[in-house]
Amino acid sequence: MAEFGPTVLRVVRAVLGPADADDAWSETFLAALRAYPQLPAGANVEAWLVTIAHRKAIDVTRAAARHAVPVADPPETGAEADLPDLDLAAAVAALPPKQRQAVAYHYLTGLPYAEIAEILGGSADAARRAAADGIAALRRTIGANR
Amino acid sequence: MNDLLDAFPVEESDVDRLRGRLAAAAEAEGILDVAYRTVDTPVGPLLLAATEQGLVRVAYPNQGHDAVLQALADRISPRVLHAPARLDPVVRQLDDYFAGRRRRFDVPLDWRLSTGFRSTVLHHLASDVDYGRTASYGALAALAGNPRAVRAVGTACATNPLPVVVPCHRVVRSDGAIGNYAGGVEAKRTLLDLEAA
Repeated sequence: MAEFGPTVLRVVRAVLGPADADDAWSETFLAALRAYPQLPAGANVEAWLVTIAHRKAIDVTRAAARHAVPVADPPETGAEADLPDLDLAAAVAALPPKQRQAVAYHYLTGLPYAEIAEILGGSADAARRAAADGIAALRRTIGANR
Repeated sequence: MNDLLDAFPVEESDVDRLRGRLAAAAEAEGILDVAYRTVDTPVGPLLLAATEQGLVRVAYPNQGHDAVLQALADRISPRVLHAPARLDPVVRQLDDYFAGRRRRFDVPLDWRLSTGFRSTVLHHLASDVDYGRTASYGALAALAGNPRAVRAVGTACATNPLPVVVPCHRVVRSDGAIGNYAGGVEAKRTLLDLEAA
C-alpha cells in the first residue's frame, strides 16, 4: 500500500488543489488501513485507493463548501515562475469536476477507463469522453496562454 | 499530456511528512498492527518491527527486508507502516549494546513468530546464555529439555525471529567452530568479538 502514497497525493492535489490535498491523503490512507483486512486477496490496490481518495475528496469539497466564507480576491503572487507548470495545474483546477477527475485518474495513475467508470459511475465510454473533453480543454487553455 | 505528471510534482519529503502523520494517527486509533524501521549497526542495517505487544522481528539485510515485511503482512496483519517512534526504545538499547554499554536487552518481546520447541529453545537462550558466554547446540538442546534435539536447536537458531536481541549468535559448534548464523558468519563473529571485548 505504501508504494501508492506518491500517486494518491498527486491525484488528490489535481482533484482538490494543494490546500486540501494533505487532509484528503491522510483520510484516504486511514480509511484504507481500517478496511485493509477486508480487502480481497488479489484486488487492485491502486484502483481501490483511488476509489477511496475520490470519496474523501468529495467529502473535503463538501465540508469546505459548508464552511466557505466570502473572501477578497486572492493576492497576486509574484513567484509563479518558480512553480512547476502552474498554468497547467490552474487549468486542471478550472475543469468541470467530472472531467478533472477523469483526467486525474487516467493520466496520473494510468487506471483503465473501465476502473474509472466504476469510481465515477456511468460507462467506460463516458469516462473516456470526459477525459478526452478535459484534455481538449486543457490544450485550448494552455495554447491560449502560451 | 505527459506534462500533467510534471504539473503535480510530489516531493519525497511531502510523502514522508504525510506518512509520519498517518503512522501517528493509526497508532492513536489502535490500527497500527506492525510498526517498522531500520537502524544502522556494525552488522549492517537491521530491520526492526514491533506489534503493540512488543518487538516481533529483527532482520538482517541478507534476509531481504522487503520479503520480511511481506511475511509480517501475511502472518500478522497487512497494517504495516514505517513508524519509527514505537521502536525508539529498542534502537536506544541496540545503540548501547553495540557501544559496549549494555549487556542485556530489556524491551517487551512478541514471541508469536516462534512456536513449539523452537520457542522453548529461544526462551532458554534469552534467559540462560549470558552476554560474553557461548553454548554449544547440544548444551542448548539439554537446557531446552531434549538433549538429542541438536538439529532442532540449529533450526530454532536459523529461524530465530529476533536475532541479536535473542542471542543465537552465542550458540556455536561443540568442536569450537563458529557455526552458521542467520545474519552470516561475519556478523556472528562481529557480535562475539564485541561481547568478548
